[in-house]
Amino acid sequence: MKIAQKSIKFLALALLVLISATSFASSTDKKHDTQNDGGRVNSKEEISDYIKHHLADSHDFTLFSYSNDAGERKHFGFSLPVILWSSKGLVAFMSSEFHHNDDGHVLVDRKGLKFAKIHSKIFELDANASTVSFDETHHATNAHKVLDFSITKSVVGILIAGFLIFFGFTKLAKQYKTRDIPKGFGRVLEPLVLYVRDEIAKPNIGEKKYRKFMPYLLTVFFFIWILNLMGLTPLGFNVTGQIAVTVCLALITLVVYITNGSKDFWAHTLWMPGVPKLLRPILAVLELAGFLLIKPFSLLVRLFANITAGHSVVMGIAALMILLKSQFGTVGATGISFFLTLFLTVIELLVAFLQAFIFTMLSALFIGMAVEEHEHH
Amino acid sequence: MYNLIGAGLIVIGGGIGLGQIGGKAMEGIARQPEAAGKIQTAMIIIGALLEGLAFGALLLGK
Repeated sequence: MKIAQKSIKFLALALLVLISATSFASSTDKKHDTQNDGGRVNSKEEISDYIKHHLADSHDFTLFSYSNDAGERKHFGFSLPVILWSSKGLVAFMSSEFHHNDDGHVLVDRKGLKFAKIHSKIFELDANASTVSFDETHHATNAHKVLDFSITKSVVGILIAGFLIFFGFTKLAKQYKTRDIPKGFGRVLEPLVLYVRDEIAKPNIGEKKYRKFMPYLLTVFFFIWILNLMGLTPLGFNVTGQIAVTVCLALITLVVYITNGSKDFWAHTLWMPGVPKLLRPILAVLELAGFLLIKPFSLLVRLFANITAGHSVVMGIAALMILLKSQFGTVGATGISFFLTLFLTVIELLVAFLQAFIFTMLSALFIGMAVEEHEHH
Repeated sequence: MYNLIGAGLIVIGGGIGLGQIGGKAMEGIARQPEAAGKIQTAMIIIGALLEGLAFGALLLGK
């Protein structure tokens, strides 16, 4: 009991430090930084550009950047590998070769092909082109997109989350071989695992069948939760706010409940018993649309929109210090935006857990609907 | 401009819906405090479904 209290105290302290570090870092960041390429953030347009840049995935891992007295841009962070499948096969190089350029002016030569990065997307130039030319809507006219398998910032985030989950849980699993109660960090994980089992899996899927789906539900719960929390650190990940990630998560849930659908489920979906025959095809279309489109869509949109909205609001509030500087002075504006950011970050901590819970809960609910067997009288 | 008005309408609708869900859940909990856990879970699920709808509309309007 005493040890549990100690670890709770430690966790609370660590959480507090983490929160204040986040707000502080995101506040100071905004003072100097802009988009990847340079300049200071002053106007509303630049702030909204900066927020858009943060919400998108990037090929560099930039922690912060600033302009020194000589007007040079300094970037702190590290470059990540760019892996492309171009018209001449596999091409790989480090993203530092683009020199943080994001508007297609820096070209990288590989295998006689030229590559340019425009708005975080990598383009391959046509055979006879030497520079990227744009039409009036700022679309490249002589370059086309390539298949991009790069280790981007989000991929790094996913790898870190996978690593944490793998090591945390293998350690926890091994402890049960020698003792009844886990020690150390496992003591934090155990109640969460039990929570997912008792509050999410059992009531929604049913006592008989829940065991089969526990690995999936636990994985998806901790994956989303850890990535949501990583989004609140100063590292600036926005993984669960990438629509590609949430689409894949929703598709996995779709595959799980479709492949495990019971005979009753398919009978009720495709040829509803107890309904006039004329209505049955219409009902089948509705049910299929619900299960194949609407349910996964609502899952993916909810997670994506919540995290995106949370990140934009926190960053917008942090940017208040720039907009209010003329009215309240530097210290006053920083103070206002610091406390508002702190407040919103605490709410975001709740949202991070809630969204992981909701995603797992609804997945369990849909799986439960699919595996349910009806009693025939 | 129009999409901002639309966003406002969506938020009004979503707010009314969430208010109804939260209010009824609280009434339910006040009447039957022992069922608080079950009511809360059901409330969160319905809230999430509503949220999905509202966010979907917001995204489409964007």
